[in-house]
Amino acid sequence: MSSMLVLAIILVIGIVAFVIARQRAASHNDGKVKPHSRAHYHGWWAFLLGVLPAVLFLAVWSIGASVYLNSHLHSQMPADTGVASEPLAVSLTKSLANGLRKLDAQQVAALPATFAELQPLLNAKGVALATDTQDYMIPIAAEANRMTDRLGLMGAIATIALALAGAFYGISQVQPRARARNNVERLMLWGLLGASTIAILTTIGIVLSMLFQTLNFFNRVPPLQFFFGTVWDPRFAAAGAGASEGQFGLIPLLAGTLYIALVALLVAVPIGLMSAVYMAEYAAPKVRAAVKPALELLAGIPTIVYGIFALVTLGPFLRDLSAALAGGTSFIQAQSILTAGLVMGVMLIPVVSSLSDDIITAVPRAMRDGSLGLGATRSETIKRVILPAALPGIVGAILLTASRAIGETMIVVLAAGVAARLTLNPFEAMTTITVKIVNQLTGDLEFNSPQTLVAFALGITLFALTLVMNIVALYIVRKYREQYE
Amino acid sequence: MTDVTMDTVATATPPARRDIGLKRRYAAERRFRLYGVLAILVGLAFLVVMLLSILTKGYTSFWQTTVSLPITFDEKVIDPDNKRATDPNVLITANYPALAQKALAEKLGIDAKNKPMMTRLKGFLSDGSRVQLRDVVVSDPAVIGTTRNVDILVAANLDSAFKGQIDLSVPEDRRKVSDQQVEWMNKLKAEGAMAERFNTGLFTFGASSRPETSGLGVAIIGSFYMMVIVLLLALPIGVAASIYLEEFAKKSRFTDLIEVNINNLAAVPSIVFGLLGLAVFVNFLGMPRSASFVGGLVLTLMTLPTIIIATRAALAAVPPSIRSAALGLGASKMQMVFQHILPLAAPGILTGTIIGLARALGETAPLLLIGMVAFVANYPATPFDPATALPVQIYMWANEAERAFVERMSGAIIILLVFLMAMNITAIVLRRRFERRW
Repeated sequence: MSSMLVLAIILVIGIVAFVIARQRAASHNDGKVKPHSRAHYHGWWAFLLGVLPAVLFLAVWSIGASVYLNSHLHSQMPADTGVASEPLAVSLTKSLANGLRKLDAQQVAALPATFAELQPLLNAKGVALATDTQDYMIPIAAEANRMTDRLGLMGAIATIALALAGAFYGISQVQPRARARNNVERLMLWGLLGASTIAILTTIGIVLSMLFQTLNFFNRVPPLQFFFGTVWDPRFAAAGAGASEGQFGLIPLLAGTLYIALVALLVAVPIGLMSAVYMAEYAAPKVRAAVKPALELLAGIPTIVYGIFALVTLGPFLRDLSAALAGGTSFIQAQSILTAGLVMGVMLIPVVSSLSDDIITAVPRAMRDGSLGLGATRSETIKRVILPAALPGIVGAILLTASRAIGETMIVVLAAGVAARLTLNPFEAMTTITVKIVNQLTGDLEFNSPQTLVAFALGITLFALTLVMNIVALYIVRKYREQYE
Repeated sequence: MTDVTMDTVATATPPARRDIGLKRRYAAERRFRLYGVLAILVGLAFLVVMLLSILTKGYTSFWQTTVSLPITFDEKVIDPDNKRATDPNVLITANYPALAQKALAEKLGIDAKNKPMMTRLKGFLSDGSRVQLRDVVVSDPAVIGTTRNVDILVAANLDSAFKGQIDLSVPEDRRKVSDQQVEWMNKLKAEGAMAERFNTGLFTFGASSRPETSGLGVAIIGSFYMMVIVLLLALPIGVAASIYLEEFAKKSRFTDLIEVNINNLAAVPSIVFGLLGLAVFVNFLGMPRSASFVGGLVLTLMTLPTIIIATRAALAAVPPSIRSAALGLGASKMQMVFQHILPLAAPGILTGTIIGLARALGETAPLLLIGMVAFVANYPATPFDPATALPVQIYMWANEAERAFVERMSGAIIILLVFLMAMNITAIVLRRRFERRW
């Protein structure tokens, strides 16, 4: 019995329990005893008692069954598996078992002994299996299927029995003074708490998943070579060859990332800050109401669109422009640090301006009035009073922006190029950490090679880098906000 | 007394004003203002240039050149051995391009025996004619033996030439359409047979190696699945988490930890979520690669912080008097939240959710890592089938070399931006209509 069907049955039991319990509770309400909870709370309590334990049991049972089946399969494997490794043999057996599911009952009853005979049968059903599936796997797979069915049936019966028992217990609990509402609300509170821990689980998931793969990577490539290596040459062609595993130096990628982020900040910070200042201090309310949403449009455009603009329009334009300026040969490459940085900078303008807008408007009115009252012009007030007062907050905002720039992917994938080199010339191409993560993981590669694992090492570096910047920035911004509240 | 003072004031030379550099300072003031205006103008100018460049490159992709040809569904070509009653494959594998070819030759008045001319005719029509004619025949087998007008797609290069995107003044060997083809094209155009029609294929076709038969069908379905999954998962979980943090949690180290976590997750680069999805969902839990379900899960995790932050702001904006009133009338805390606070905060929550969804719709990087850069020609029937997403399809077309793909890509960007615009406008309208200021 499939677990979907079991779930549906449980749900039906729960709904029936809900209806009966509510009915009973309503009929108790005869005016003699004041009921503690309203009728539908009794219904919900019966529903939860019926459904929750059963679902939990089903989940535990399914996990337990698959673990048991796995260990059973491992124990059944002969000493000489005939394929590269034992885990591979187990997974072949599993896919064989899945394939056998497609056959008719009679075919399963009279399974051929060799895979050579079995394959045409399976192919007729549209099942394609690896050719190194071995003969001895056939009985094991058939036995595994029977075992899965048996375990599944046992689990389903136990689950449904549990649901029925819970529902009956819930219905029998219906009494005028029963505290059904409190029970339901306590469970709801647990549900709410559970939902809020998802954030923590995500962070743990991110860190653990990347940490495991990174340690795996460091087993093959020493950390020192990764963090301080100046050559990036992963050698796709030689993947798995052993002797020449390529070099994985982080330095050129990190340099490219920081260089492009720096160019982007050089564009975004002055423009963003000046527009924030103008909006907050000069613009008439009408202008502000029209221009602010327009600038925020820039923030709503997906980064892939910026990337494409850099690739298709700006890059070629700069190349041709430089060719015209230099008379023939172009000194700006179509994919260059300048192109990527410029476009990324524009993308970051609304980020800088909306963050600094909040910070500038948070500077107390009294400071502004004091300065103006002493005869300073508006720009002097801004330059000598407001900006110094807002400085910590603005630094925080710039840090947040920088972390966005470092983690930005699509613009650099399309506009920065893939050549990992160290250069100071902004007209040449350089590559970034994010570009290499995408490069390493979008090919057809075996998962356990250093060529793919390095992506996780790069990922965790990126994560750590942005995490530190974010925490510092959030800390500064919060500190600053407290100062004026 | 007054006279005297009046006198002295009138006669004494006015005291020289202390030079406080007013002129210089006002000039500085004007300059500063100008910088502000310039900064805003630069931002807006870039926005306009970018949108214009995409629009001018992309608007032509909504039209596709076709030739209206009287196709004779010749039984001798489609089913020479008359086996279609028993073998349905006959209708699928028949030589349909030959039918189109023949009809075109007749239209142009080329003798079918003129072999060199017939060879040059190849490459005028798109290979997509095979699928077009097959669909006509399979949906209505009675058409065999009759003649019917069908709009056949022309090849991508001729489409570009017809739209005037290929410079015909360069020498013949340096452009992709021959003089002969241009001559035919002009003839058909003069007869009114060749014309641009609305490009429905852009919205319905799947992946293809030929520009004229590739479209966004699979990507739109994939993106739709993902948006539904994000909505179904992120909205309830996000709202539940915010209610707990805003209404129930006491300040403790644990809730502080959760808050720091949420704020950080909101700023984690999106590609890191892709790595999480690849390592946990695909490799550890064994979910299928390229499936929109996995993409939906990854985008859910990415959108959650946005929704939580917006929802908490909306909840916090509901004034405490409402809480006190509900509690005072005997509601339990849970009843107070779900029956009073939540409905009042709903517009704010909805706005935040739509903005979060819009961000998720435009997100590309994490989807690349979980293998959604796939060549998917068939519609995904369930969220577990391989699919692509709108921005990923744009990325894939950006990597194609042919000119016609650039046109399609820009068209796809316009479609994506229209979707995003619609979502954002909905959010703004919702906020205007229902937001209450307390």
